[in-house]
Amino acid sequence: MHNTDPAAAAPVAEPIIRVEGLAKEYRVFDKPEGLAASVRALFHRTSRVVQAVKGVDLTVGRGEFVALLGPNGAGKTTLLKLLSGIITPTRGTATVLGHVPWERADDFRRRFALVMGQRNQLWWDLPAAESFRLHQEIYRIDPARFEKTRDELVDLLGVRKLILQPVRELSLGERMKLELVAALLHEPEVLFLDEPTIGLDVVAQHTIHEFLRDVQRRRWMTVVLTTHYMKDVAALCERVVVITRGDILYDGSLAEIVDRFTTHKIVTLDFDEAPDRSVIARFGFPCEFRGPQVVLRIDRSRIADVLPGILGSAGVRDVSVEDVPLEEIVAELFRSDARAAAVAEASR
Amino acid sequence: MSGSLEAVRPAGPLQGLRTWWTMLKICLEERLVYRGDFALGTLMRFLPIVTQVFLWTAVFGATSRGDIAGYTRNDIVAYYLLTMLTRAFSSMPGLAGGIARSVRDGSVKKFLIQPVDYVSFLLAARVAHKLVYYAVAAIPFALVFFLCRSYFPPVPDATTIAAFLLSLALSFLLGFFMEVTLGMLGFWFMEVSSIVFGYMLVQYLLSGHMFPIDLLKGTPTGIAGVSLADVVHWLPFEYTAYFSSAVWLGKVKGAQLVSSLAIEAGWVVVMAVACRVAWWRGTRRYSAFGG
Repeated sequence: MHNTDPAAAAPVAEPIIRVEGLAKEYRVFDKPEGLAASVRALFHRTSRVVQAVKGVDLTVGRGEFVALLGPNGAGKTTLLKLLSGIITPTRGTATVLGHVPWERADDFRRRFALVMGQRNQLWWDLPAAESFRLHQEIYRIDPARFEKTRDELVDLLGVRKLILQPVRELSLGERMKLELVAALLHEPEVLFLDEPTIGLDVVAQHTIHEFLRDVQRRRWMTVVLTTHYMKDVAALCERVVVITRGDILYDGSLAEIVDRFTTHKIVTLDFDEAPDRSVIARFGFPCEFRGPQVVLRIDRSRIADVLPGILGSAGVRDVSVEDVPLEEIVAELFRSDARAAAVAEASR
Repeated sequence: MSGSLEAVRPAGPLQGLRTWWTMLKICLEERLVYRGDFALGTLMRFLPIVTQVFLWTAVFGATSRGDIAGYTRNDIVAYYLLTMLTRAFSSMPGLAGGIARSVRDGSVKKFLIQPVDYVSFLLAARVAHKLVYYAVAAIPFALVFFLCRSYFPPVPDATTIAAFLLSLALSFLLGFFMEVTLGMLGFWFMEVSSIVFGYMLVQYLLSGHMFPIDLLKGTPTGIAGVSLADVVHWLPFEYTAYFSSAVWLGKVKGAQLVSSLAIEAGWVVVMAVACRVAWWRGTRRYSAFGG
């Protein structure tokens, strides 16, 4: 049966997370250096207000996989804490699955999960299977369904034989995998991940990517992830939200971020032998020589014009044209924002 | 996802109990990992009693009186041994400090995110802790009580034994809720160890751990006809050590026994409410300022 209605073919996702003007301010006390100053601080403490999140608007639809990117201290984790109800905002509103998260209703808490890469939820001295059993009770998971879900999840991650071993004996990567299983046992509709792959090796990262992608698609789960690894983003997220200094700097597709924030492409030429530098320099693009290989950064608008000429140079054996790596784009984005902030600060 | 709704079992009246039972079982397993710690610790705990016995022997040696505040030398030894037993129920080593630490290091977050009640969880953990402790400590306790059997008066009647057991159970709950409330202060103060230390000091003096509260009967308070013992009687402390021992030794009887049990039960309720309020206000503060 064919449906010709274009709206039905690409249904607008039901909004699961709605955030409006959400702001969180902290009062932090300055801890002065030195003993004398510390004694003075006992009587008079100086404090200042830190705006961790300043008036964020965000809507996330069901089944979206969103990456929150930003430098350290940008407010990513604060935003996740607000959305999972650990903290209350200074201003603004948010609903997740129709609930105000910081009211912490049990009905809400049964429907989401938060995994923090640097924090344990599993019982340290017991096998993970015991923590799972506790989750079965506190989330009231039907026993048959619990076993099925658990087996499915541990098999997907290949950790079945680890669940009977005390957690403290496991490696960081193994523990993280079991943390993810524990968090997904109650089949949450919304999953918040705070740097889930931090400190993991490439193989473990890859396994976790595959796993998350698979489970997210199968369950049509809404996932919001913070990370510093662009591999996570490239592997998992279609939508990227860049946060700097508590503000959303960019919210859009991963493809668009590349489009919008890069002016050039990376062209790599392989020669039979190290080429004459002056010949390459003649093209007038920034270039880098690596023996028989040359890497050029060429304006995207000019690539079609200049590439034939370059390829015509004697001795070119192979060529590749690539986008600027995501790491570089994001780093540049953070840097330019920091510069803009400095300029704004100076002009005040 | 409608599937996840089907997966949730309905909340029957027994569901809460089931969850708690599972928590208890898991806490028990966890405690058993550390069972070795207990065995030696238990015997060591009897050592201070030896000093107390020597002290009181000296006191009785220096006086011609057969009893002090109604306690003979034998009564005193029996009193301290019984106090040890009561404190095995009411003392909560590490509870307040552990709660404050969970606030400081952020592990308390788990109880904000998951649909599980922190106080119930702490209770399960503490019951498990105690059960494992009793399992290990039963033999040294039995040994010491057997060796010291000559100090004890004849075994009291069934009613007194029942009142004694009830007072022990209540002393566990009272000690638990008091320490939990204290630990919740961690939401306001970074470090509660000095507060806990102050509490221990007051506790040591006024619970009867140091001496039977009867000794305070002659101590005036400045209010006519009211002794310090009368004041302490209305405070929660003596119910965590003195009271159960006094019941077994037949010092508290009849109507006074009933009213004392009522005061103890009253304090259990007060502290249970207090720790809830502290949790509620503390988490609100935590959410507003930290996280």
